[in-house]
Amino acid sequence: MMKRLATSREAILFGAILVLLALIATRFPAFVAPSNLAGVFNDTSPLILLALGQMVVILTKCIDLSVAANLALTGMVVAMINVAAPGVPVPVIVTVAVLLGTLMGAFNGLLVWLLSIPPIVVTLGTMTIYRGIIFLLSEGKWVNAHEMSPAFKAFPRTQFLGLPVLSWVAIVAVIAFYVLMTRTTLGRAIYAVGGNPHAAVYTGINVGRTQFWAYTISGALAGLTGYLWVSRYAVAYVDIAGGFELTVVAACVIGGISIVGGVGTVIGALLGALFLGVINNALPVIDISPFWQMAISGAAIIVAIAFNAQASKTKGRVILKSAEHAA
Amino acid sequence: MTEPAPILALDGITKTFPGVKALSDVSLSLFPGQVTALVGENGAGKSTVVKILTGIYQPTEGRILVDGAETRFPTAQAAADAGITAIHQETVLFDELSVAENIFLGHAPRGRFGLIDWPELMRKARALLDEIGAEIDPSHKLKDLGIANKHLVAIARALSIDARVVIMDEPTAALSHKEIQELYALVEQLKAQGKAILFISHKFDEIFRIADNFTVFRDGQFVGEGKIADVTNDTLVKMMVGRDVSHVFPDRTPVFGDTVLEVSGYDHPTEFADIAFSLKKGEILGFYGLVGAGRSELMQALFGITRPTRGEIRIDGQTTLIHSPADAVAAGIVYVPEDRGKQGAITALPIFQNVTLPSISRTSRRGFLRLAEEFKLAREYTERLDLRAASLDTNVENLSGGNQQKVVIAKWLATRPKVIILDEPTKGIDIGSKAAVHEFMAELAAEGLAVIMVSSEIPEVLGMSDRILVMREGRIVAEVSGDDRTPETLVRHAAGISEG
Repeated sequence: MMKRLATSREAILFGAILVLLALIATRFPAFVAPSNLAGVFNDTSPLILLALGQMVVILTKCIDLSVAANLALTGMVVAMINVAAPGVPVPVIVTVAVLLGTLMGAFNGLLVWLLSIPPIVVTLGTMTIYRGIIFLLSEGKWVNAHEMSPAFKAFPRTQFLGLPVLSWVAIVAVIAFYVLMTRTTLGRAIYAVGGNPHAAVYTGINVGRTQFWAYTISGALAGLTGYLWVSRYAVAYVDIAGGFELTVVAACVIGGISIVGGVGTVIGALLGALFLGVINNALPVIDISPFWQMAISGAAIIVAIAFNAQASKTKGRVILKSAEHAA
Repeated sequence: MTEPAPILALDGITKTFPGVKALSDVSLSLFPGQVTALVGENGAGKSTVVKILTGIYQPTEGRILVDGAETRFPTAQAAADAGITAIHQETVLFDELSVAENIFLGHAPRGRFGLIDWPELMRKARALLDEIGAEIDPSHKLKDLGIANKHLVAIARALSIDARVVIMDEPTAALSHKEIQELYALVEQLKAQGKAILFISHKFDEIFRIADNFTVFRDGQFVGEGKIADVTNDTLVKMMVGRDVSHVFPDRTPVFGDTVLEVSGYDHPTEFADIAFSLKKGEILGFYGLVGAGRSELMQALFGITRPTRGEIRIDGQTTLIHSPADAVAAGIVYVPEDRGKQGAITALPIFQNVTLPSISRTSRRGFLRLAEEFKLAREYTERLDLRAASLDTNVENLSGGNQQKVVIAKWLATRPKVIILDEPTKGIDIGSKAAVHEFMAELAAEGLAVIMVSSEIPEVLGMSDRILVMREGRIVAEVSGDDRTPETLVRHAAGISEG
């Protein structure tokens, strides 16, 4: 029954996105043209990638505030590699980005697992550390479009079956994560750990190790997104994607990922990201000031949380024999 | 001698929680200068009464009378204003605050501008601590004190509001012998000041030592009251436990096989000591004791959740090391915990996923789940337990308590264990499900599984066990079997009443 409710929750979010598109269409019909919608999806792809990673982390009762810093550091490193050695092929660059991101995610995970430091503190710390490292590496300088090699910049824009590679990466990631979360023992352990860590321990699941893997996965996605981001916007600097971690968390929350863990789906995270993507792309088009955009995003988060807040009324203990029949 | 009027009385109090009746038409009277002992088994409703008296719960029906006038305590503050104060089982104090702040939290003396008057606070705290003979510096942080001293701070806090009614909920549970003597002296002092005292305790010796009156609850109902001087141990025990056996237990003719589990010299630094017992195939071994006797703690150690300091576990004669729940499951020991919500099922996941979780290595290949295998395993064991649900895809949170319990049991049976530990297997489930669980337990034993049942329900312990071990204060104090198996024997051993 809950599953049906959960799917209906996603159906409601999907409906909300459709209503939003319909409203925008009344004022700006061109927005809902297929080519523009594909553009919106492509624009939202980095958010989708990061939201998938964040979802896995949040499901295990943790949070990863370092994703945007991880993205920025990875982006800067690969941009600097590209400047120093323009001949390094893109597949190598992508591999380096994923490995570097994985490493940073694993570092978060180790701190949470082995030192039992609260996740928010760990990632707040590493967020600052990773940003600091960018500054040390780049000495505060930018890597600009003209310094990057054409191949480096072209990869995310390359068209493949009518969509840019960036969009395809997001689509493949969604499918892969759907399989991960529903068809693997790791996915099951992630839900179990977040749903009830005590019970998970009793079943022989290592809670800390599961959380470590969640961070590692989130880090890998952040690293991948780091390259895609820097190459797409053709610029790398210290403050790239500054504050984006909160947008990522917001996408998860809007998508129905329970902030206390254990509840949430890949489809939810995808829809949450798309919802924010549509708002962020549409509001400037229909000429709403950026301040209102922030307020509207914020309101959407609160509405989503209020919607997800399930009345968890605790029942008293059955003590009376006579009451047991009623219970 | 004419009976003084009660300071505080409960009359016809009923408390229902959604779908559950915790108290049904109970009465209680507290008299000035007298100690009333509230007696009852675990789950009799004693704590609910305390919460009603202190304004934490509102009664569904019935009246609270203070000096004969009907009153309501909508908040804890209202109860405190009426002069009612409680010293709780687990002291509710703040570690990071000073002793003086703990004593006067919420009613600290105020100086100019409504700010706390610190010198006055310290002075009053010291006076209170002196009054109860506690040598504690009121400026120390609470976390620097030992348990006994924390308790004294709680008592000082209770007295700081100028209480007329003092509720003590198992006040001696954490105290040493000497400290208990001091507490008795304190109770005498409070009596002399004309305060009414409600004393909740499982220890009969102290009830007979300090109480003037008694009130007995059983299963949320009022059973009787009277003067302590008019009753004996036996009468009181009978009032506590004497209930109608509500259902018939399965008729078993146990056939015992080889010894499957042997525990010897099992010690834990704080929770239990000198544990030794053995268990045969097909046997149901009952563990009885009061809450806090160390039964669950022992089981958690056997299951690898906590580490004992020493001791040996042998399974089928083989010495086995158990360092984690995974080890225990692999060795064939499974544990169905008491607290279903916290330790049992993962309620946000569907039934089948809960059932297969500990056996997931059998229903997956190289990290990928095989859903058909999962459903097969889950169906097999839920059907055996007669679990009725619309579909195995139903989330556990939507099941009744009884069915949730079946999911937890099914999940452990699916691991094909040798020894199954059931901790309070029927606590809080309806009678129908209870009977099903009992039937099933009998079936398991008949199939040659060794069952350990931890239970605080005397009829269940007597009705199901082949042998009963009674634990008190972390030790096995008695093995009861044969003709000794009476409610009175169990209660006597569990509560540590010496004479018969």
